[in-house]
Amino acid sequence: MTASRLATGGSAIDRSRPIRFSFDGATVHGFAGDTIASALLAGDVAVVGRSFKYHRPRGIWGAGVEEPNALVDIGGPRATPNTRATTEPARDGLVAKSVNATPNALTDRNAFLDRFARFIPAAFYYKTFMWPDWHRFEPRIRAMAGLGTVDADWTSPGTADQINHHCDVLVVGAGPAGLAAARLASGAGLTVTLVDDQQSPGGSLGHRAGEIDGKPAAVWVKETIDELAVGGHLILPSTTAFGIYDHNLAGLNQRHFNGRPDTLWRVRPRQIVLAAGAIERPLPFANNDLPGILSADAALAYLRRHAVLVGRRIVVATNNDSAYEVAGALAEVGAEVRLVDIRRDGMPAAPANVPLVKGRSLASASGKLRVDGVTLDDGTRFDADCVLVSGGWTPTIHLFGQARGKLAWSEARAAFLPGDPVDGIAVVGAAAGAVSLSDVFTGAGPAFAPLGQTKAPLPRSTGPEATGGILPAWPILGSKGRIWIDYQNDVTVKDVELAARENFVSVEHLKRYTTLGMATDQGKTSNLPGLALMAGITGRTVPEVGTTTYRPPFTPVPLASFAGARVGELMAPVRRLPLENVHRSSGAVFQEYGGWLRPAHYGGYADAERSIADEARRARQSVALFDGSTLGKIEVIGPQAAAFVDFLYYNTMSTLKPGRCRYGFMLSENGVVFDDGVLVRLDEHRFVVSCSSSHVSAVHARLEEWRQDRFGRGAVYIHNATAEMATLTVSGPNSRKLLETLGLGLSLDDADLPHMAIGHGSYAGDEVRVARVSFTGDRSYEISIRADRAEPLWAQLRQAGQAFDAVVIGLEALMILRAEKGFIVIGKDTDGTTLPRDLGVDGPRVKRQTEFVGRRSLFTEEASCDNRMQLVGLAVPQGEAPLPTGAHGIKRIDGRLRSQGFVTSSYQSPTLGRPVALGLIERGATRHGETIDTQHLGKISKATITAPCAFDPAGDRLHA
Amino acid sequence: MQLFPCPFCGPRDETEFHYGGDAGNIRPDGADVPIDRWANYLYLRSNPKGAAREIWVHMNCGEFFVMERDTVTHKVLSSAALDGEHVA
Ligand SMILES: [Zn+2]
Repeated sequence: MTASRLATGGSAIDRSRPIRFSFDGATVHGFAGDTIASALLAGDVAVVGRSFKYHRPRGIWGAGVEEPNALVDIGGPRATPNTRATTEPARDGLVAKSVNATPNALTDRNAFLDRFARFIPAAFYYKTFMWPDWHRFEPRIRAMAGLGTVDADWTSPGTADQINHHCDVLVVGAGPAGLAAARLASGAGLTVTLVDDQQSPGGSLGHRAGEIDGKPAAVWVKETIDELAVGGHLILPSTTAFGIYDHNLAGLNQRHFNGRPDTLWRVRPRQIVLAAGAIERPLPFANNDLPGILSADAALAYLRRHAVLVGRRIVVATNNDSAYEVAGALAEVGAEVRLVDIRRDGMPAAPANVPLVKGRSLASASGKLRVDGVTLDDGTRFDADCVLVSGGWTPTIHLFGQARGKLAWSEARAAFLPGDPVDGIAVVGAAAGAVSLSDVFTGAGPAFAPLGQTKAPLPRSTGPEATGGILPAWPILGSKGRIWIDYQNDVTVKDVELAARENFVSVEHLKRYTTLGMATDQGKTSNLPGLALMAGITGRTVPEVGTTTYRPPFTPVPLASFAGARVGELMAPVRRLPLENVHRSSGAVFQEYGGWLRPAHYGGYADAERSIADEARRARQSVALFDGSTLGKIEVIGPQAAAFVDFLYYNTMSTLKPGRCRYGFMLSENGVVFDDGVLVRLDEHRFVVSCSSSHVSAVHARLEEWRQDRFGRGAVYIHNATAEMATLTVSGPNSRKLLETLGLGLSLDDADLPHMAIGHGSYAGDEVRVARVSFTGDRSYEISIRADRAEPLWAQLRQAGQAFDAVVIGLEALMILRAEKGFIVIGKDTDGTTLPRDLGVDGPRVKRQTEFVGRRSLFTEEASCDNRMQLVGLAVPQGEAPLPTGAHGIKRIDGRLRSQGFVTSSYQSPTLGRPVALGLIERGATRHGETIDTQHLGKISKATITAPCAFDPAGDRLHA
Repeated sequence: MQLFPCPFCGPRDETEFHYGGDAGNIRPDGADVPIDRWANYLYLRSNPKGAAREIWVHMNCGEFFVMERDTVTHKVLSSAALDGEHVA
């Protein structure tokens, strides 16, 4: 028994509330207020995980977010991999498992890997996975390396809240600096948001000595927090500020620990005060990764917060003043403590009952599954069940770095401190290099100076003051044994040396080559020692080597936080038809088409293909009903409406008579066909752009752009009425007869309502617009009515349709009907190179005298070259199956296969009893009748080039 | 996340905006525009390091506007409607 829980003390724990949880299958006891780590230490569990690469036994190192070793997978209803045991509250019934260990951390069966360590140095993957056939080893090697395991069956218990928040001052860190800054900001009448990643505020005041304004630190913390809460300021515990983004946006992740998903906060403060403290560094000596070797500051935190004494015979090794308080506190509670300082002079006095060894450093630690002693550089050996180390302090300035703050090297602190100020961010406290409470408070004063003057007095430190003396103790070349730099990624001094030898000397290369500073801890304890070592090896100074780029997130953030409510259907919400429920009750099978959820078919047969074929066949026989509500209905209104549509369309539209429709293309400025559709002229100054369903937003945006850029506010007005109206299509030889039964109050006579004309009528008191346009090749009427009044009209169409054997068709059948006619779908039968001429529409290019979008691009060399891909029909030999869509037309050049185009649409036509297909084929328009080879997945078959239209080429049925 | 000032709606998150190209990229009209000029209009962008004058559209209100901003510091220098009447 070495580590243990003391009988009294522990500011964070509540001894009246014992809890139990499981770790690697064994029961662990603790109290409310424990973290998993403090409870494991109290239970003397030394080995809590295995290292990433060598499967070395690892114990708890720290007491906060910097923890590199003690990662656990949390099971149960809120399974989370790679959780830091040092920040995860211990809860009753929690199930935790060590990472990268099988079956458990203590008896890991891959532990043998450590004996092969010299065969798997840095960059081992890069070198091994090349030769001779790395696929053979890769799966096993990958399985042996790594950290936690993702639970494939995990489902979120809910969606994470995302909250947008504004305040004057965001204070990150509720230690002495943050609390002081928050209080001063409050005194200036500013609104404050105070966040801290611990469950309770205070930061270092929770375990370091201090007296403020004549009160014990804990009392001052509580009073300050109460005062802020009463002042209406937002205080968020268990919340990490993980990133700073452009224009001072801060990302916060708040944890709840009650099964509820975390909350993401997007805070836009006027000023950010970064008071995130500092992180203690390890010291370099052989086997410095053994369980039982901890950060000295962490040991003090476990003692004072959790009443956990980390060992009985303790060696405290340091290069700076901060470890002296630790040694004294441990000796006070009865541990046998020995202090080893690399400095010969200039250090504080040794605490009572603590022998001090001056001018010596640790050379190595010994032990198997936990440390059992250390040897100094003069060969002296001390037995120990615990070794505490302090290699100095690294200010937590990640957020400052993310905000593009430049860092400045401080020789006195042996650390990077914030350099030139960044607008909107102030760094205070230990993060700015302050050590004593007096310095911390003085530095907090000007933190929000740009925003106002405070009436609150500056807190005063009235107790003992910490000192910051330090003598750097960076890892150096030529030391004996294996000295760990990065615990989490198993990077040793030799790995950094190897990187330097192979010329990966840039700090960014060093990171990628050795993995130093990667993974979940992002090198919080290891980066500085690593780059200081590289500096030493390459004869540069630390600032010359520099740091890697700081990027969010500071600590891992659950993807659920970023996703928020954007999961499942809400990930990319579909647009829905006003008649969706009616279609559902008719058995419709829905699919998403260009963002719309539409009936694919109506499920007449169990077999979808047969249902679709049946709908397409019957549509040609009598009459078909189709919900075309998704069709674009963008109104262009105004004195220059005609000039406007002339400019937007490839075809001349201003000559269209009111009450008539015209089919046309819209081009992009590069001449490529962007959309096609029918333009309706309602009256002299009013048009309706009936664009493709999936293109409505894009067409609308384009119309707006040209309106604002070229025509102006007084010239035209654009209104997207797509969602306001439902459009019900009646198509087929008997469509007019069916429509006549409705009594819409307009003449359906072909003289009054010819093909490509519109009429106005009414249904049940509502205005309806009837457009005689066809996408099927049969006589068709599109009836548009207020979306909320469409249901009775649809019901009556179906009712009246029974007498005509009417069929309701889905989009799949419509696709067959239009393909039979050779009608194209933009983006399916065209691509990003298709010009109008390639679709056989060259008249406007030649004839038009007025300007239109894309015009100049139609007269380029490229547009005129003779081997362009052109729209064709493709027929297959008698009895063969439809060509696969996407199959390539091929030809042989010098014995090699080359594509000469591809199949864009292909269906079995139930009416024609044979396949029909459309394609884009080189020079296709001049090659009708020619038979070519097509290839799909290696299979070659024949196809004959034809005109695009395979059904009723004369167009008689439009009028039948 | 940058904050862009829409001349009509005020400061809004950058995700609500679409980029519309360099400001001052005047469209040359006609079927006989010299091909280099047309190609420049279509494809040549200045991509400056530092101050840039750009067209943006605020998708929420649909208004296009001219914004001057620094591509290095991401500082927004000015924002005005196309007609110059509304200035944010
Ligand atoms: Zn706007």
